[in-house]
Amino acid sequence: MSLRVLRPGLLTMVQDNGRRGLQHLGIVPGGAMDPAAFAFANALVGNSAGEAALEITLLGPQLEFGEDALVALCGAEFEATLDGQPLPLDRPVLLQAGSRLATGRARRGSRAYLGVAGGIALEPVLGSRSTYLPAGFGGYEGRALRAGDVLPLAPDAARLARQRADRLQLQEGRPLSSVHWSAPSLTLPEQEFAVIHAMEGRHFGWFDAASQRAFFDASWRVSPASDRMGFRLLGPALARLNRDEILSEPTCLGTVQVPADGAPIALMADHQTTGGYPKIAEIAAADVPRLAQLAPGAALRFARCTLAEALELRRATRQRFESARRGIAWKYQS
Amino acid sequence: MRIEPLGEAAMYAEFSRTLDLEVNEGLQAIATTVRERAPAWISDVVPSLGGLALHFDLDHPELPQAPLQVASDLLRDCLKVPARARARGRKVEVPVCYDAEFALDMGEVAAQTGLDAAEIVRRHTASEHRVLMVGFAPGQPYIGGLDARLAVPRRATPRTRVPAGSIAIANAQSVVYPFEIAGGWNVLGRTPLRVFDPHREPPSLLLPGDRVRFAPIARAEFERLK
Repeated sequence: MSLRVLRPGLLTMVQDNGRRGLQHLGIVPGGAMDPAAFAFANALVGNSAGEAALEITLLGPQLEFGEDALVALCGAEFEATLDGQPLPLDRPVLLQAGSRLATGRARRGSRAYLGVAGGIALEPVLGSRSTYLPAGFGGYEGRALRAGDVLPLAPDAARLARQRADRLQLQEGRPLSSVHWSAPSLTLPEQEFAVIHAMEGRHFGWFDAASQRAFFDASWRVSPASDRMGFRLLGPALARLNRDEILSEPTCLGTVQVPADGAPIALMADHQTTGGYPKIAEIAAADVPRLAQLAPGAALRFARCTLAEALELRRATRQRFESARRGIAWKYQS
Repeated sequence: MRIEPLGEAAMYAEFSRTLDLEVNEGLQAIATTVRERAPAWISDVVPSLGGLALHFDLDHPELPQAPLQVASDLLRDCLKVPARARARGRKVEVPVCYDAEFALDMGEVAAQTGLDAAEIVRRHTASEHRVLMVGFAPGQPYIGGLDARLAVPRRATPRTRVPAGSIAIANAQSVVYPFEIAGGWNVLGRTPLRVFDPHREPPSLLLPGDRVRFAPIARAEFERLK
């Protein structure tokens, strides 16, 4: 039961929900950059919430399936074909042994998740199958996939695929078999400018008035030097009022820190657990996955919000997500 | 002590803005108490050099309406708990080979301190050090208790690659690089031990509060232990 990598794409790796409770040892949660799209990819193929999937970035891989499989490609809109036919996105697709799934460029957004019924059957490391590139552990040999890699699927992946396809009344025997419903996109950029909510960080007052204004007024671009650790933002240089040293202190997903060069860095899933740069802002948790979907060069603006507003935004986003996920789960129960 | 949110998913309680070894030692005991009493939606309790962060699991079904308020109250209650007999931390000996091949910045440290290499090694290995924090990268310890004569600033230009296991000094501390990464501290030697191993329990060689002694070893011993 396996999945062979014919072409790896730009950056394809195994991800899940990451590791909890280890930050005092310098280990961040990590996990999928867009947890909503990741969760839908699993739900669409009938998996439980945290099964390992492939995270595909900007330019996708070409894969060959050794057995029948039920898959879903969910998140960014990728050019994708299955044995030459357009692959329907954001929905379960039953494919047959020997099928080739070829993904190309991301047309909208930057990250998608390929869920497979039964999950990717790798041994968890420190409680998770997610790949942590900076230290080279987890996932498939602690690294991004390369051509020739063979990923193990669940031993009963083919049986699960047929069983679940039956539930969905997908027709057997056709090369491409899918449904007429799909998962909604909750995190893809909708306008030319993404609006990302952020709270003032605990060192906001350390920046001069012009920089404080510029942070929320300016338009920023995602630098090509961005990765899963941090998104570097191109825009006006932010200047500090003082040169006080900061004792290295904990950082979070969504912390925006400003090194000496004045160019802010938004900390993403694989960020360092502590840092000594001033924190100008903290991005609202609901909007971190939306930032994660922006491609290099994409424009964004920060909208100031309060802690209470960020919590409310998160609750509302969570509700939309939960109701969509229940809707998908219901398809497998009927 | 001052509590501030780090976004809606965490808070930071700052106990000291400057490096204070007494405060840092107290933080380890506080972190232990908080961990024992923390509800399930508090996912991480992270003591750092001068404070303590609590991280919240925003997807947890028991997450309260105002997590910052509840977590702040919990921390304040924990501070009222009488200080337990201070956990002394484990004693760990870290073998270090200070040979020139590994001591990339020995010359610079010698020039800045006016001490020769033998004296630098003697001073680095003479005193007991203590792990103040594990952070930045998996298993990376920040170790206090550096001999005052070895106080040197960070290198003006960081190295783009510091070999795994390198022991380096700056900011009145020592650090051990668990992986080959970029770093700006002054490298004095290298340990053959694996600083971080995800398949070991605990994965981190050193834990906050550990009392560390650096033991000088010869090159042959380094190879034997590797």
